[in-house]
Parts: sequence; C-alpha cells; structure tokens
Amino acid sequence: MSRIAITVNEKANLIDVAPDTPLLWVLRDTLELTGTKYGCGMGLCGACTVHLDGEARRSCQTPVGSVGAKKITTIEGLSPDRSHPVQRAWIAEQVPQCGYCQSGQIMQASAFLAKTRHPTREQVDEAMSGNICRCATYQRIRRAIQRAAGQES
Amino acid sequence: MATQTQVSRREFLKTSTQTAGALILAFSLPTRGQAQEPAPRGQFKVFKPNAWLRITADNQITVLVEKPELGQGSRTYTPMMIAEELEVDWSAIHVEQAPTIPSIYQNLRTGGSGGVASIFTQMRQVGAQARAMLITAAAQQWKAKKRDCRAENGAVVHSPTNRRLSYGELVEAASALPPISPDEVTLKQPKDFRFIGKPIPRTDVSSKVDGSAGFGIDVRIPDMLFAVIARCPSFGGKLQSFDAAAAKAVPGVRAVFPVPPLPRHFNTAGGVAVVADSTWAAMQGRKALALTWNKGSGGTESTDTLRELVAQRAADPPTFVAVDRGDALGALASPVKKVEGHYESPFQAHATMEPMNTTVHVRDDEIEVWSPTQFADEVQKEIAELSGFPSDKVTVHMMLSGGSFGRRYQWDYAAEAWQVAKEIREPVQLLWTREDDMQHDFYRPYNYQRLSGGFDAQGNLVAWSTRVVTTPIAGSNLYTGFTEAAETLKDPATIAALEWYGADVVPYSIPNFRVEYSPADSVVPRSWWRSVASSYTPFAKECFIDELAHASGRDPFQFRMDLLTDKLPETARLRAVLKLAAESAGWGKPLPKGRGRGIGCRVGGSCSAQVAEVSVDVDGTVQVHRIVSTVDCGIAVNPDAVRAMTEGAINFALTAVLTGEVTIKDGAVEQSNFHDYQVLRINQAPEVEVHIVPSFEDPSGVGELGAMLVPPAIANAVFAATGVRVRRLPIDPQLLKRSQS
Repeated sequence: MSRIAITVNEKANLIDVAPDTPLLWVLRDTLELTGTKYGCGMGLCGACTVHLDGEARRSCQTPVGSVGAKKITTIEGLSPDRSHPVQRAWIAEQVPQCGYCQSGQIMQASAFLAKTRHPTREQVDEAMSGNICRCATYQRIRRAIQRAAGQES
Repeated sequence: MATQTQVSRREFLKTSTQTAGALILAFSLPTRGQAQEPAPRGQFKVFKPNAWLRITADNQITVLVEKPELGQGSRTYTPMMIAEELEVDWSAIHVEQAPTIPSIYQNLRTGGSGGVASIFTQMRQVGAQARAMLITAAAQQWKAKKRDCRAENGAVVHSPTNRRLSYGELVEAASALPPISPDEVTLKQPKDFRFIGKPIPRTDVSSKVDGSAGFGIDVRIPDMLFAVIARCPSFGGKLQSFDAAAAKAVPGVRAVFPVPPLPRHFNTAGGVAVVADSTWAAMQGRKALALTWNKGSGGTESTDTLRELVAQRAADPPTFVAVDRGDALGALASPVKKVEGHYESPFQAHATMEPMNTTVHVRDDEIEVWSPTQFADEVQKEIAELSGFPSDKVTVHMMLSGGSFGRRYQWDYAAEAWQVAKEIREPVQLLWTREDDMQHDFYRPYNYQRLSGGFDAQGNLVAWSTRVVTTPIAGSNLYTGFTEAAETLKDPATIAALEWYGADVVPYSIPNFRVEYSPADSVVPRSWWRSVASSYTPFAKECFIDELAHASGRDPFQFRMDLLTDKLPETARLRAVLKLAAESAGWGKPLPKGRGRGIGCRVGGSCSAQVAEVSVDVDGTVQVHRIVSTVDCGIAVNPDAVRAMTEGAINFALTAVLTGEVTIKDGAVEQSNFHDYQVLRINQAPEVEVHIVPSFEDPSGVGELGAMLVPPAIANAVFAATGVRVRRLPIDPQLLKRSQS
C-alpha cells in the first residue's frame, strides 16, 4: 500500500490503496461517494463516468494511481444544488426511471456539452452511445441534452 | 397477470390501529442509502389515520409507499392517489418507503404490471378516510354540520361562513376520533380528479440527478465488509475442491469459505465466498482462487441441443391442450388453403444496470437486511426461515432498485447474502459482478411456436392452431420449490398462466381454434422477464395473422380490423387503439424506398397497438426509424409515467429483437458482459410516439405492455421492407443481407 493523493470535488484526499485500484472503487468504497455507479467493470456501459479535469472518463478503467494531480469531479460535485444545466434539463424532461445509470449519463452529457455547445442529434447519439440505459430513457436523454444546450447558449 | 388486492374492512381498521410501531421503524433506517425526506421530529402532534398517512401540526404530510420503486414511479403514483382524495397541495407531501411489516402492509411487492391497479381503490380510500376524519373534527369544533364543510388545499372550510382550519390545526382533534371505515367514505368521480390523470413530476427524480438516490449497492455502514461468490459456470454443477491460499494473500481479503447451494424456491448455485475490506479486494481475491468444479449432468446442454429439442417437442404429441374450440384439427386436415409458420426466440437476460446485491448484518438477536428487491416480504420470510429467527427479528429495508424487469421477483441473492453474513460479525454487502449477473440470471424461457391456419373456399379464415413449446418457468425450481417442480408440470392451470398466456386469446373471429403446449427440459434457470409469455406469444400470433393477411392478398391492418371478434369485452377498445395506431403512423401512405411498416395489437387488461417503421441496410442490419404505440390502460394515473414506461418497454424489447441473445454451451451461459450481450444503445433507439386513449375505466397495467408488440411489429415491418419472414429472434442480419443482395 502507498498513500495516494487525489482531489475529488475540490477536496484533497490521502488514501491508502494499491495504485492499480480502479478509481471507481476508491470513490465508492473508500470515499463513500456512491453516486458513481458500477455497471460492468469493463468500460462498456458508462455508469461509472466521472470527469478528470473536465473530460469524461470511465472510472472503472482508471487506476487511481494514474490520476495524479488531475481534478476528479463526480456527480456529487457537479453542482451543489442540482443547478447544473444538464441536471436541470434532466429534471425538466423527467429522464430517469430506475435512475441507476443516470449519474454516468449526466457526467457524460455535461462533459460533451462543455465542448460541443450546439450538438446535432447525430453528435448526441455518438457522444452518448457508450452509456447504456436499460430502462431505455434514450429519447428523453436526447431531449434533455438539447434543452441543456439551449439553456447554455 | 396481476391480481387485485382487496383489503377487507376489518384489515383496514386493524392496520389503522397498528401504525405506531410501523412508523417508528420507518424513522430508524440507519443508512443514508434510503432515499427519503427528513422525517418530522417529535415536537409536533401527529395525526395517523391509517398505516400510510401521517399529518403533522405544521402541515407536513408523509405518505408511506409500500410498492418497491424500480423506476416505474410507485413513489409518485401512490401519493397522487392519496393526495387526490385528501385534497392537499402536492408540495406538502413527503414520501417514505413503508417498512417491511407484512401484517400491516400487503403490497410490499410489485409485478405483473399490477402496481397501480392493485392499490388504486385502497390508496384513494386512505386519503378519503383521513379527509373524512378531518372534516368531522372541524365540524365538531365549529359545532357545524359536516355537510356544510369541505376539504380544500390542506384545510377544512365551512362553506356558509368561509371559516377555515388547516389540517395541521386539526391534528389533535382528528387524532381523538375513532377511525372511519373505508366503506363509509365516498370517493371522487374521475371527472373531478385534480392529480390523477395529470403528468405529475416524479418524487424520486431529483435524487436521481445528483447521486443521492440510495440503491441497494449504495448501502454503506460503519465497519461493513464486501463479498463476492465464485459460482460454477455450468448450471447444476458443484464445487469439487478449492484452494484459498492465494486468495487469502490478496491484501484486504478477510475470509474465504464455501457456500452451499440452496435448493429452495429458487436454486442458488453455491460456491466459494470471498469477503474483503472493499469490493475490489473481494474481486481480486476471487480471481486468485483455485477452483475445481464438477459440471454435473447439465454440462452437455447447448443452444444447438435445445433447438433440436424444441423442434422435436413441437412435433411430438402435445402434453396439454389449452384450448380446443370447434374442430381445428379437422378443419386443418382438409382446408382449401393452409398457411404454416414457426417462430422461435431464445433465452434473454434481465441485465439490470444495478447488478444483484444485498447487504446483511447478522447480530445475536436480529438480522438486518438492505435489499433492492421487488418482493420485500418474501426476502424477510426466506431469511427468517433459513435462519430460524422470527420474522419480526428480520428487518428488511427495501432499497431503490436499479432496474428489475422481473429479476428482483426472485430473492436468491438476498438469501446468498445471508449465507455469507452469518459467517461474519460485521455487516456484509454481497455484490454480483456483471459477469455473475449475466451468467446466473433466471432467464426468459427459450420458446418455439408452430402455427397453422386454414381458409375455406370463400377465403374465410376458419381454423387456427398453435403449438407452444417452452422451457417452462413452472418446471424450474424457483416457482415451486425444488422437490415440487415436476409436480407443477401436471397442473395445466399453472402452466397456462406462465407459459402459453396470450397464445390462447386471439382477438379474431376464428370458428375452429386450438392451442397445445409441450414443455422442453433444460438446466437453465428461468423466470419472469418483462411481459413473461407475452414477450413471445404475440410475436407468433401477430406475425402469423400478418402471414394470413398476405396469403389472402389483404392489407394486414384491414385484415385485422375485419376479423376482430365481437366475443371479447375489449373489442371496441382494441378496434379504437388499432385504428388510432394506423392513422397516427400514416398506415398505407407511401414510404421511402426500402422502408416497410409492420403492425401488431393485443388485448388482455390494457389494449395496445403498435406500428413500426424499418429499413434494412445492405449488410442486413435492421434500422428502426419510428414506433407508434397506442395505449388504452383505463385511467392513466400519471400519463407522463405511462409514456415513459411505454418508451422504455419498447426499447427493452428491441434489444431482444435486434441483438440480445443468451446462448448455452456446456450447460453454461456463453455471454458475460455488455460486449457479448448487446443491449440497445442510444444510437439504435428509434423515436417512439405514445398515444394514450382517454378513459374513465379503472387503470390496468403498462409496465410490460409496450414490450409485447415490438417483436411482431418489427418482424412484420421487415417483411414489408424485404419480403423475408423473420422466424427467429434476434433477427439475423445474414438472413436479410442475402435478401438485399
């Protein structure tokens, strides 16, 4: 074990875990930030998506030792009060059903919109195709992303 | 399908007087995992008219929701029903999950799309009972006549004088009144509804956009440990030997021990448990295990052997004749024109996004369980039976479920978690990895249907016969218990509900009609999968009616409309949804080259019709452009939730039509994760249009409805686009590629 320093949601943490431990399990089990979800452990479903310096990353495929000084943002840190335009749009469009994948969907969508402010439907589909929703809320996700894009402009 | 839960007057009153204990339990949930609003504290008097409702002197209203929240909206539709009769502001309502006390709460489960229908009367009575008592309390205070008082926005108003007392001001007086029987309250007429029938935003959504929603997997308790189990990949296989040395050497691993199979209502695989400080350490420990399995007698089963078996069983004499109206066999022996078709679909996994898990803390005198379940009372009963603890010493916290689709109607994973936790002093969370979840599910049965239809000399459809073959749910252990499984197969009524449901009701006028059933053996565990038998019987019957229409040179929509029987009570509703679907989808209007439309419809509780529009790429891939769905579910309690469920169910079924397939080799599932069990992604999801038929009929189910007609609507659309008849799902692109070239 070695002590690893990571910054999560603007808070510095020193943790005692093996550096090859996936960030996902550090967030969930060590830091008890359970908003980031386990879905597949292989980077296939997107439920574990977080931001590293604003970029969407699959935390199940990110060894905690590889994070370094990059700032980690989880769903809990996206906004203090669900006020991020993507969160507001998700509520307005009543996207979630079971809700389990939605942390990952929202983190993926918010990183995407930060770079692509006025996406086409094809761009939305491409950007979001790594995130599985088994309740299949996909058309509401499309609508919510367009709504959030409108709010940001 | 769901049965209506009727609570007798005696039970209702009994529950009214037992609520104090229930409420105390509801407040003492120890984790932040349970999503709930803060409970009002003790400084206010509380009016508890019944087990579901609590009104405080500061006008806070708490609704205890029994039904599990799986994403279907129970934590919204329940308070809507209560608020409707209570006459309160929606913003005053807080929602909590009811505690697992089956003697008080008889709806701690949900399934068969029956959630709304099963509590529609009861929950309105809950609100009406409280309203009546509050009005009585106010009238007594004013020395006024009750009929001069009315409830309005959380207050009682004396109509002649406009005097007003808020519910909070009436808490003390109402608490002193004897409970009013539900029979003595008058429920509102549907035309007067303010909440029911309106698209009310869901109470659980905000917690699902900020990560605070508490799913089973999110339970975190001080000093808790994490576990995974290594299970034999082949069903029915047993642990022969294992070496734990390397696993125990993994940092963080605390314990490694065998877990025996549980041959109970379900059939757990058993295996070797690895318990560790973290989930990751437990997974690493499991990887380091040296395991030897005995595959057992099922180790030779494969999808190929199953395909041969079901085709053979379809040719064998039938085990049961489900329906025999007229003389279908005779009519089909000498028809003027005969049409035959067969349809096959494979095992399907539930693949909920939250894999199975349960957290259990076994203490000296009680057991505490946190489970994402569709069936909380059965979890409690099972663990009480296994442990020998009395039920009231087994506290089950019903957590949010990250999807279910029927999977969480089994409680095997909770029982397994208890098996692990009883060996450990600390609380333990048992997690199924995605691979565990994919390979040890209870799958949608493998099924094969063979149909024959005959026309007379005038071109009338005069005979229809269906042979249904499935690897039956009734024959798998979960339904009946290990030893009785074979016995169930002798009970046609049980089989009917599970295996041929839907094949026996065809909404068309056919004088000679026969349905036969034969089971096929398999080692693969089976269970309910969103829409159960209706996930495959409409595929056969609504494709076959399409074949019959084409065989007689008729338009498939018009053919159906002309053939609709007048012998079903729902025919008028079915005619309406069918017509609406066709009109909304532009049935008969020209399409771009290469596109085709397909249609399907169904009755049975809710009525629905669907029209799909598809094209086929040169490589044989089916593109689904649009699905129009009409829904007549009686009163749509929350129309936006009805839309959401229909959109989701349609896409859920699309997975099984386009890509999803669980195959078997050496008695084990070949798929392991989302790379080889491919579920629908956003780039494959069509635009779904949902049209809800206005209705004042009592509500019926929608959770599964949308899924039922996707297979025939798509397959019929593929036929319209390509001339190729889909016989097996998921659709093989190679089959269509050949047709395109």
